[in-house]
Amino acid sequence: MAIEKIFKDDASEEKGERARMASFVGAIAITDLVKTTLGPKGMDKILQSTGRGHGVTVTNDGATILKSLHIDNPAAKVLIDISKVQDDEVGDGTTSVVVLAGELLREAEKLVAAKIHPMTIISGYRMAAECARNALLQRVADNKGSAEKFRSDLMKIAMTTLSSKILSQDKVYFAQLAVDAVMRLKGSTNLEAIQIIKKPGGSLRDSFLDEGFILDKKIGLGQPKRIENAKILVANTAMDTDKVKIYGARVRVDSMSKVAEIEGAEKEKMREKVQKIIAHGINCFVNRQLIYNFPEELFADAGVLAIEHADFDGIERLALVTGGEIASTFDNPESVKLGHCDLIEEIMIGEDKLIHFSGVEMGQACTIVLRGASHHVLDEAERSLHDALCVLSQTVNDTRVLFGGGWPEMVMAKEVDELARKTPGKKSHAIEAFSRALVAIPTIIADNAGLDSADLVAQLRAAHHKEGCNAGIDVISGSVGDMADLGISESFKVKQAVLLSATEAAEMILRVDEIITCAPRQREDRM
Amino acid sequence: MALAFDEYGRPFIILKEQEQKTRLRGLEAQKANISAGKAVARILRTSLGPKGMDKMLQSPDGDVTITNDGATILEQMDVDNQIAKLMVELSRSQDYEIGDGTTGVVVLAGALLEQAERLLERGIHPIRIAEGYEMASRIAVEHLEHIAQKFDFGPTNLEPLVQTCMTTLSSKIVNRCKRAMAEICVKAVLSVADLERKDVNLDLIKVEGKVGGKLEDTELIYGITVDKDMSHPQMPKQIEDAKIAILTCPFEPPKPKTKHKVDIDTVEKFQTLRQQEQKYFDDMVQKCKDVGATLVICQWGFDDEANHLLMHRNLPAVRWVGGVELELIAIATGGRIVPRFQELTPEKLGRAGLVREKSFGTTKDKMLYIEHCLNSRAVTIFIRGGNKMIIEETKRSIHDALCVARNLIRNNSIVYGGGSAETACSIAVETASDKYPGVEQYAIRAFADALDAVPMALAENSGLQPIETLSAVKSQQIKENNPHFGIDCNDVGTNDMREQNVFETLIGKQQQILLATQVVKMILKIDDVISPSDY
Repeated sequence: MAIEKIFKDDASEEKGERARMASFVGAIAITDLVKTTLGPKGMDKILQSTGRGHGVTVTNDGATILKSLHIDNPAAKVLIDISKVQDDEVGDGTTSVVVLAGELLREAEKLVAAKIHPMTIISGYRMAAECARNALLQRVADNKGSAEKFRSDLMKIAMTTLSSKILSQDKVYFAQLAVDAVMRLKGSTNLEAIQIIKKPGGSLRDSFLDEGFILDKKIGLGQPKRIENAKILVANTAMDTDKVKIYGARVRVDSMSKVAEIEGAEKEKMREKVQKIIAHGINCFVNRQLIYNFPEELFADAGVLAIEHADFDGIERLALVTGGEIASTFDNPESVKLGHCDLIEEIMIGEDKLIHFSGVEMGQACTIVLRGASHHVLDEAERSLHDALCVLSQTVNDTRVLFGGGWPEMVMAKEVDELARKTPGKKSHAIEAFSRALVAIPTIIADNAGLDSADLVAQLRAAHHKEGCNAGIDVISGSVGDMADLGISESFKVKQAVLLSATEAAEMILRVDEIITCAPRQREDRM
Repeated sequence: MALAFDEYGRPFIILKEQEQKTRLRGLEAQKANISAGKAVARILRTSLGPKGMDKMLQSPDGDVTITNDGATILEQMDVDNQIAKLMVELSRSQDYEIGDGTTGVVVLAGALLEQAERLLERGIHPIRIAEGYEMASRIAVEHLEHIAQKFDFGPTNLEPLVQTCMTTLSSKIVNRCKRAMAEICVKAVLSVADLERKDVNLDLIKVEGKVGGKLEDTELIYGITVDKDMSHPQMPKQIEDAKIAILTCPFEPPKPKTKHKVDIDTVEKFQTLRQQEQKYFDDMVQKCKDVGATLVICQWGFDDEANHLLMHRNLPAVRWVGGVELELIAIATGGRIVPRFQELTPEKLGRAGLVREKSFGTTKDKMLYIEHCLNSRAVTIFIRGGNKMIIEETKRSIHDALCVARNLIRNNSIVYGGGSAETACSIAVETASDKYPGVEQYAIRAFADALDAVPMALAENSGLQPIETLSAVKSQQIKENNPHFGIDCNDVGTNDMREQNVFETLIGKQQQILLATQVVKMILKIDDVISPSDY
């Protein structure tokens, strides 16, 4: 008799070859989607959201593209996930990791078709990944010792990262900017201390790094526009109506005069609070919450600059740069640490007025002001800069550096090939396939640049046959070039993360032999 | 569909809305049930053993889970059929009781059902089959005890425990670094174990995961991690020799539970109320300070003012810490959870050698580590991994391994794995069957055949010839009278599981056989299925 259905309606089940096929197809489709964005000559994608306004994003950042995709295929979701993690963890290489995982699966598909068990492929891949990592470890350069060389390494890495993005025209300029910003952090990976302000107008070249701190706020009316030697109190307190926080309290009055009295008391309370604040001996007051007109007026009378409604990040950063503490009570002014800066002034960027704090105590934070023709350009520029900053801050911690331009892949491929020759048994096919997948990356870079990939990669392979060669693809001239001379570098940490996560993801998808999809949850139709 | 008729041939209506129900009876019902059970077992069959494959499950919300843990697969499978649900329950109860062998138990139950189907076709009554199975399971369990070995381990000799955990982990995706993982698990279990009472409270082991890094970065922390950061960004990030006040009351003015109103009708009242309010905050912070706390951990939120006062008085604090974590912190630091500020006393403070905040990756992820606690019995296993799915799967694998280690501490008898125990039982049951007169003999023999299914599936998943391999192993076991021969899944070159160091706990195996038999008996006894028919 027929097996009764064990699953709920609409749930589906795919087994064995079909399941594997479904995941291969999904993963490879995702790879093909992002593959054209790889490398310095990669193309961008336009993403149109289905939400209100149909907002448009133009990007070639792998993680951004994949994040915006609505995918139903479970294997594809795995790839999107690794790309996201790569973004969170090292910030760059989000496209590479997906492409490498996809290529590994593409090779695995061929092996499965040739009747090699997935488990054999997995163990081969593992050996290969280990070997590739060791190959990289042997060839890393570490210039931790000399500050000069290290800085030039950072410059090279920043330029390599930026060259694939919209900023490639001004990559030297932006690389300088990013390196400066990261060097100021002095080894911390807290990128929040670097503030990026986007202002449309001008050209990308007009972007600049400001050593001080810029707050995107206006100065209250009638208050001084310029303060030298400012003492700043950073606060998080209610400056609208100070509510009574005791539960159950309410005002109950029986005549109009009493209302007036209480109102007066309230005002008095506010006035007292303001007095207390002013008693700190400050001339600038920044509050996270709103400041109502009344206290603002009081501040203006006292000649104190009051800035309201700075958001949470802004306030934290301001506290960080000026060295003040975020205060919420004002009863003991002597022990509250105030922030200091040499000059506060209102500056104009484009058409907007901003408040500029310069000569701050702590040199860690800084602000990068991005200018550009449109919002799309600015958004993309921010993403690119973010990538560069991430990579740099990671490199500051892990100073090992590799060459770029397909060089690491070729080095790994060579070692992995050697390993394949030495390994007996079916695994050697899988190891060989791993090396082919690695070579696919320079191939795609060359393809995207409109070069003859087959020829170039063959040349590259021949060049790498010699020990200690620095050859990679020089996309600009369309030939094989010396990466050391061209100054194309990548961070070891990023490459290692790409290699390991891609192998892990491929392994995970390969191990699956059955996909069970539950019925989609019924949603209320909101239309 | 009618059940009974009167003398004129009109049906009696017995069931409510009889027309809308479908009904299966007798042999038909049994066969339908068996085939449903078999279908579930078939899904899990390929996940068995070190070379078993994974399943990808997509939840109703589109989230993807990749796992080869039997209990997890079945739990997320969205099963509709009643009998299939029984199988799900079966695997779950194995998970609760033992924590490992959740796949094996379902495969065994499936095999038992398959054998039962054949016997039913021969016309043997289901109850007789069930009784035969019951007898056979008793024989098998006894035999397991017979072949089981005690093995010794102590705080100095952890190797056997590590080996056992490695067996469990080798079938999971983490097998790349199973050695390290197994060591972590064993250390974790031992540090919370009560060796005198032979009991382990697994609640003391917290398994936390954070995406990023690699599996090798997974670490065991002798203390607690909390996925929170200091309430004020400028509080110190590292505290040595911390004295921790653990509070379950918010840093806010009290909210009495009885309904009340404070009416303000004069200016004086307004002002006294205000002063009162400020005093509350001051008092609260002062109380914490007075008892000598250097860190405040609170289950609730802080008011802005309180937050600043804490910062101001140099008293670091953490807010919104979950109840479970709070309890763990209290256990680990030897502190008491204090529900009211008035009850804070210096004795109730917890102590920890080091509390530090650690940030990860490029995003704003921060975690709080509480280490070197007074009472270091609570530990945390902190998993790192390439993506969310790996972490989830690692968590499940670690849970299995922890359970195994716990079972060994409770009862240090082991049997050898790789299908050797099942094969040995199968031989024993087969020999014993001839002694039973009557129809049960057939059922007992069928049980022996069903036991073979586990090694058979293992061999199949490892890419070996199942029948050839199994018969070779069986004859070897009988010839040398040694129950340690099993399936050589990893292609090591020897069939002796003792040399391969593959073992499982005795209770785990016994439980598998007992639970599987129980469920099969239950399914066999059903002879009437009434269900609402499809619309």
